[in-house]
Amino acid sequence: MSSLAPDLVIAGETLSSRLFLGTGGLPRTSLVTPVLDAARPGLVTVSIRRTSTLAQGGLLAALRAAGARLLPNTAGCLSAREAVLTAELAREALGTDWVKLEVVGDERSLLPDAVELLDAAEQLVRRGFVVLPYTTDDPVLARRLVDAGCAAVMPLGSPIGSGLGVLNPHAIAAVRAAVEVPVVLDAGVGTASDAALAMELGCDAVLAATAVTRADDPVAMAAALRLAVESGRLAYGAGRVPRRTEARASSPLLGLVSGTTT
Amino acid sequence: MTITCNGETYAAEAVTVAELLERRLGDARPHGVAVAVNEEVVPRGEWASWRLTDGDVVEVVTAVQGG
Repeated sequence: MSSLAPDLVIAGETLSSRLFLGTGGLPRTSLVTPVLDAARPGLVTVSIRRTSTLAQGGLLAALRAAGARLLPNTAGCLSAREAVLTAELAREALGTDWVKLEVVGDERSLLPDAVELLDAAEQLVRRGFVVLPYTTDDPVLARRLVDAGCAAVMPLGSPIGSGLGVLNPHAIAAVRAAVEVPVVLDAGVGTASDAALAMELGCDAVLAATAVTRADDPVAMAAALRLAVESGRLAYGAGRVPRRTEARASSPLLGLVSGTTT
Repeated sequence: MTITCNGETYAAEAVTVAELLERRLGDARPHGVAVAVNEEVVPRGEWASWRLTDGDVVEVVTAVQGG
């Protein structure tokens, strides 16, 4: 990250990048290492699932070898009870207190269930977790999650896996304005410009999974998102010009070469 | 006794969590794995001594690809 943009700090920990990467959907475990090399993510998410074998394609070994900082999620959980147990299992399996808290209302929309989410967040904070909740782009809910002790909030740009980008930029900016903790745009990123827009809106980081893992060339998209996030952050800090409805010349108006004399 | 492990109910000969892991995964102390019995996590340090009882519901999990 350029010295022009200060480091991202969550719960007192400095992260190496403002791009977080989800691993879900990668067609081959052999892509993990080159994708991580290209993305250089600050956090890498994994899910927790039942296992009947020791070899999960060497995923954990590849992630550890690449020096990835792991962020387990509670994807697939439909209730606070399931999410709390999954987070506890993740803490035991991976040795981290950090959790990306996902509690969705149904498996079709994959939209957060606000009631269960807040309940789970409160329970996990009490149990000593650093909670990063996947939430709607609702500034009121974001504030409630922060009041409950969440270390960051992760509003969706659009539905998980949709690639529709940031559908409501005003809502994301409103979430940013509503809370003091880092805001991580999560879900919906389809390509580099989506990530750049999120950062220009003031998000502190972007999490992308599908955009990379299901791209035709995941390694190239990983690099593109890394650059987009850095670029968007710099642009946010630089301060964009106000939008105008009329033209305003950028070239000097004095000294124009002219065929006529006055 | 009968236990349910990862949704599968069967007559178990294993009596401790470690023995169950040895039987199912071929390793009594697998890396990157966590175990819950009846929705409570059993810490790794207690696997060898934690005795399963009839009707226990056991979850054995690990990290997989995910967003």
